[in-house]
Amino acid sequence: MGSTISSIPFAGTPEQEKQLRDVIAKYKSEKGCLMPILQQAQEIYGYLPIEVQKIIAAETGYPLEKIYGVVTFYAQFSLNPKGKYKISVCLGTACYVKGSGDIYNKLIEKLGIEGGGCTPDGKFSLEACRCIGACGLAPVLTVNDDVYGRLTVDDIDDILAKYN
Amino acid sequence: MDMINVKVNGVEVSAPKGTTILQAARLANVDIPTLCYLKDINEIGACRICVVEADEGRGKRLVASCVYPISEGMQIFTNTPKVLESRKKTLQLILSTHEKKCTSCVRSENCELKKMAHDMGVDDECKYEGENISYELDFSAAHMIRDNNKCILCRRCVAVCNATQGVGVIGANERGFKTHISSAFELGLGETSCISCGQCIAVCPVGAITEKDDTAKVLDAIADESKFVIVQTAPAVRAALGEEFGYPMGTNVEGKMVAALRRIGFDKVFDTDFAADLTIMEEANELVERVTNGGVLPMITSCSPGWIKYCEHYFPEMTENLSSCKSPMQMFGATAKTYYAQKMGIDPKDMVVVAVMPCTAKKFEIGRDDENAAGVPDVDISITTRELARLIKRCGIKFTELADEKFDEPLGIGTGAAVIFGATGGVMEAALRTAVKMITGSEAGDINFTDVRGVKGIKEASYKVGDLDVKVAVASGTANAAELLKKVKNGEADYTFIEIMGCPGGCVNGGGQPQQPASVRNFEDIRAIRAKALYDQDAACEIRRSHENPAIKAVYDEFFEKPGSHKAHEILHTSYVKRGLY
Repeated sequence: MGSTISSIPFAGTPEQEKQLRDVIAKYKSEKGCLMPILQQAQEIYGYLPIEVQKIIAAETGYPLEKIYGVVTFYAQFSLNPKGKYKISVCLGTACYVKGSGDIYNKLIEKLGIEGGGCTPDGKFSLEACRCIGACGLAPVLTVNDDVYGRLTVDDIDDILAKYN
Repeated sequence: MDMINVKVNGVEVSAPKGTTILQAARLANVDIPTLCYLKDINEIGACRICVVEADEGRGKRLVASCVYPISEGMQIFTNTPKVLESRKKTLQLILSTHEKKCTSCVRSENCELKKMAHDMGVDDECKYEGENISYELDFSAAHMIRDNNKCILCRRCVAVCNATQGVGVIGANERGFKTHISSAFELGLGETSCISCGQCIAVCPVGAITEKDDTAKVLDAIADESKFVIVQTAPAVRAALGEEFGYPMGTNVEGKMVAALRRIGFDKVFDTDFAADLTIMEEANELVERVTNGGVLPMITSCSPGWIKYCEHYFPEMTENLSSCKSPMQMFGATAKTYYAQKMGIDPKDMVVVAVMPCTAKKFEIGRDDENAAGVPDVDISITTRELARLIKRCGIKFTELADEKFDEPLGIGTGAAVIFGATGGVMEAALRTAVKMITGSEAGDINFTDVRGVKGIKEASYKVGDLDVKVAVASGTANAAELLKKVKNGEADYTFIEIMGCPGGCVNGGGQPQQPASVRNFEDIRAIRAKALYDQDAACEIRRSHENPAIKAVYDEFFEKPGSHKAHEILHTSYVKRGLY
């Protein structure tokens, strides 16, 4: 469980914190304020580390655990920052039967991170996604906006090398 | 009141509007099993064990009886094959992810899941096998262990931590198969602002949350011939220990408890009541000093270590309001290792003080700073009422057959005022009995301060003591304490003296007390039943005021000189930490 939590140091700026506090001030008196606050906090920071959740806890009065419980319940929230290069491997049906699961596992091994995680240097993050509409190219992965198709596990080193 | 008529298995029952099927069935003498449901604490209808078939004119449907309200003409069937099959299947599914180490499990004797599986005729606990997540145990807190492998996700612990205690350091995290109970960011409980109250342990139906068992340490100390091992028992222990040996709730087993402790092999069997009286002397004196010298008011009691930790985490700005008195358990240890050790010619390093407490936070308290008057910890080992029961059973003592025995002197002498420390309002009442004497010089006319008795979460009263108007308040359960303290902080109340106990109902309902299953907790008020045992003992006591305790008079004459003396401050008082939230 603990492996889903980021070990990358928090690098929030005072500007981001001001934005967050403004968002909290806007919603905190409303019932059910936690979801919009968390959604916008993630937009501001890209993820929801403990530092951000502690600010939300202190300002709203919700226990930190309750906030963490909501964050870990919904797939839309992330405890990890996105890397400079965001790798998404399609695990949709077509890609999966064409072996994208192996590609995903190979990336986990090569990058030394879990799915949803980010490398300690902040360079690569890895996540699984569902169909991106390129089934004809299955199996498919994307690195930021670049699409790579008809892959085998042997292609991975070359792809990663382009970004190193 | 609108009455609604229903039939439970054909038997007519009439109950007020809003009554649940579960409650209505009880009126027809039918017991419906429940697992997640705890009255007023966890009413979420999640586990589906309590399903029954209900017909409201549209045919029979399976509904969760714990939260489903009755309606006019409803027909309820609690034992149809469909109901029983549903319960059995649910139990088997719960058992599929439950680590079934029943032989060694501390809850083996009173596991609610095990009993239910037995009652429901579950003949194959391994019917649904499959992948399971293996969880690491959390040993980080001073007082308890969390084992998610045994957790059945009923969420009783989460509810009591959030709603009753207002702490909320545990909750359900992630979702689906990965759902598990833990703290934010998977921190160990010891790294959070957990207050160690142990209410989660008291409500856990299985062995997923347990106190750290220190019984082996006790037996090792007793076996060590170089050690002089003494034991003290808190007032609330005698009101609940009997439950572990088949006595009805509310039976006071003081005499048998003392006899059993002697047979376990303690060199002296003493009573925390002695130190409760000592606490009253110091605390009443401190109150009088604060009132006359313009000290910080309201003064708040400091007997409950769960409450103290709560204050330090959640109201750090109010630690100045806390009485500087150590808790009775710590005062006992401090006095034993100074006054008594000196009197007996024993080196305090060779003395082991064991405390039997209704409390798990006491395990945290014994390791606090500034709790070592003789240069060694005031108290060495603190065990719960449950652990004492385990010790008695392990030592083969036939508890029910024992003849009553009396505590040893002098640290076993207590008064009625001390006995009621175990119930919410008891410390306040005991303090008032002595404060009246300290302030006016004469005894209180009526020493029964009944306004501060009872299980209500927050109680207020006002007394004229001499020329002084003393406004007091009593709260138990830390969510209630928070409500009270907010009033004080916002200037909405001007109390002189506040008593706060961390657990709802006070120590009688402490986190270290015998666990009562949901089938009892949902229909009886264990707080009131156990408290009655203490108030009855107080009423029957010859001496009911702390300042009249002959052993207390002696300890001041021979050692402490007077309440609040320099020596008393050195030995009997302590300091607090502003912890804040994690």
